[in-house]
Amino acid sequence: MVSGLDFQLFLPETILLVGGIAVLIADLFLRERADRETNLAWVSLAILVAALVASAAQYGVSESLFRSSADPVAPGAFVVDGFTTFFRIIAILTTIIVFLASVEYVRGRTAFRGEFFALMIFSTLAMTLMAGSTDLVMVIISLEFLSITSYILTGYLRGNVKSNEGAVKYFLYGSITTAITFYGASLLFGVAGSTNLYDIAARFADPTAIIGTPLMSLVLPAIIFLLAGFGFKIALVPFHQWSPDAYEGAPTPVTAFLSVGPKAAGFAMLLRVFAVALPEFTHEWAALMIGVAMVTMTLGNIVALSQTNVKRLLAYSSIAQAGYMLIGVAGVSVANIAGIAPGEGGAGLAIDGTAGVLLYILAYLFTNLGLFIGVIAVDYLAGSDTLPGYAGLLRRAPFLTVAMTIFFLSLVGIPPTAGFIGKFWVFGAAIQNQLFALAAVGAINGVISVVYYFRILKQMWYEAPADPTPLRLPGTMNAALWICLSLTLLIGLFPAPFIEFANQSIHMLGVFVRS
Amino acid sequence: MNVFLTSIFVIVSVITLVGALGVVMARTVFASGLWLILSFAGVAGLYVLLEAPFLAAAQILIYVGAVAVLILFAVMLTRRVMGDPGVSQNNSQWGAAAVVAALMFIVLSLTSVQNWRPSTESPPLLAVNALGEAFLGPYLLPFEIVSVVLLVALVGAIILARE
Repeated sequence: MVSGLDFQLFLPETILLVGGIAVLIADLFLRERADRETNLAWVSLAILVAALVASAAQYGVSESLFRSSADPVAPGAFVVDGFTTFFRIIAILTTIIVFLASVEYVRGRTAFRGEFFALMIFSTLAMTLMAGSTDLVMVIISLEFLSITSYILTGYLRGNVKSNEGAVKYFLYGSITTAITFYGASLLFGVAGSTNLYDIAARFADPTAIIGTPLMSLVLPAIIFLLAGFGFKIALVPFHQWSPDAYEGAPTPVTAFLSVGPKAAGFAMLLRVFAVALPEFTHEWAALMIGVAMVTMTLGNIVALSQTNVKRLLAYSSIAQAGYMLIGVAGVSVANIAGIAPGEGGAGLAIDGTAGVLLYILAYLFTNLGLFIGVIAVDYLAGSDTLPGYAGLLRRAPFLTVAMTIFFLSLVGIPPTAGFIGKFWVFGAAIQNQLFALAAVGAINGVISVVYYFRILKQMWYEAPADPTPLRLPGTMNAALWICLSLTLLIGLFPAPFIEFANQSIHMLGVFVRS
Repeated sequence: MNVFLTSIFVIVSVITLVGALGVVMARTVFASGLWLILSFAGVAGLYVLLEAPFLAAAQILIYVGAVAVLILFAVMLTRRVMGDPGVSQNNSQWGAAAVVAALMFIVLSLTSVQNWRPSTESPPLLAVNALGEAFLGPYLLPFEIVSVVLLVALVGAIILARE
């Protein structure tokens, strides 16, 4: 039923699960000790690093886990392949960086600090599960798992009205999208007769089974309903309404986490489900992605223009960023995911949309988290998350200001930063697939985004500070800032190994190719 | 489907729908909770009509017996809700609700007018064996992960609710 190999390849998840429970129990026994928090923080960090190493060690593996003993050839509910490995690493890296930035922040803000660390570890577990799910039941359970941890983390500051409001809105919106996603999955199950993504693909590939029957008319509603669930996690328009309130109300480190982790995991799931189960419908879902990408970018950027709260502004900015990533999804070529080398099928240089999305997510992870470390630091040291709170930051924290400026440039996509490489790749994929209108809308949006990023930059560089006392970042926050800054520049200056990593990671186990 | 089964179906459906309407239209949360029990029981009746007796029993035991009672307990323990029956239980946006309901109706009717092929196999009398094997076979991983989800939800409930 479960072989030794399954356990071995499931090691990162096992580490996170056992580690999360261990932190909960250790918190109970260390309650009386004064150094409890420091110890718990280091233990949690060690667990995350161990899971990161275990994930990286599986680079190049391609195996399906938890196969049924009755039918050992059939794929199971979880796979470990290049794609899973990539998103496992993304998930764990996100949590490690957010973790470093939040250790000092949660001190004094909540009585449940041990549980906070444990919940961060459980969220990571949920994201790694999302990365490798290949069964609709597993897809929905891991999606719901991440949602539940996110609701709790958003409402963590119990005494804070905004935190409560954000969590309740997030929860209500999330419950309804969960129901819709379930409905979509049940339609797909009704059409294909299986919950396993590979079985579904095999049914659609069989020309006599479903093609041409009235069942076909249910596939498009199923795709739209599933997109509602993934779009909710990614905060795509029109499933984004929860995000500004949740981002504003959540404790700032949680906002940083929400703006990267669930988005990346949502993209992993979206790409996996559509590429593995529905390659026969690439035209349909790619067309949907084009429309959603356009409205997502435009609405995110235009609403961001009028925001005065920095967390809300970055919420809309991250909605727009998700729109850029979706450009890559619209330019996905299923043949490439299946392992056919780029260029073999068609014109000379081939930029694959999936590789573009992965590269963009990698760049966005370090850029956006770096920016949020600045927001966490200003919130933690100066107690402000509005635009005037950033006035004269150059004089109060010069290094932080310079770093944040680089992150802003990277979000816009100006070389030599990571954001440029990511944007180049997704726009390249769009142009190669002749999606010129989409690329044009993306480019116009890039210009709009400069306007509101510049409003923050103007405050930081040119305004006089209300209170000129220098801000000194705690050591852990500084470490996280350095990680983000160095990788943002490294990806921008020496992109070759990262491009290679993304290109290797697009291969999903057993993706069917339309002949 | 003969007349007898059809009339049973209509009765059970009406019970389910009236219960559901009661949930959203009741004046107090407590009454909403009571209406919910009726709706849950109606759904159990639908499962019986679909020849899924195990699912019907599970519906009654878990939803009617445990979930609904738990909801009522939670409502009774919440002082502010019990103390003030004047708070409206819905936001009275009937127009928006009508649009959503109409859209939902279109999707559902599109689904149900399809030419579904009825299965030629007779449904298993008690599907418990197959269900158990599915839980520990192809659905082992989701089955185990659900317990982790419940653990996390429990921890979250304590964090959010402990005085």
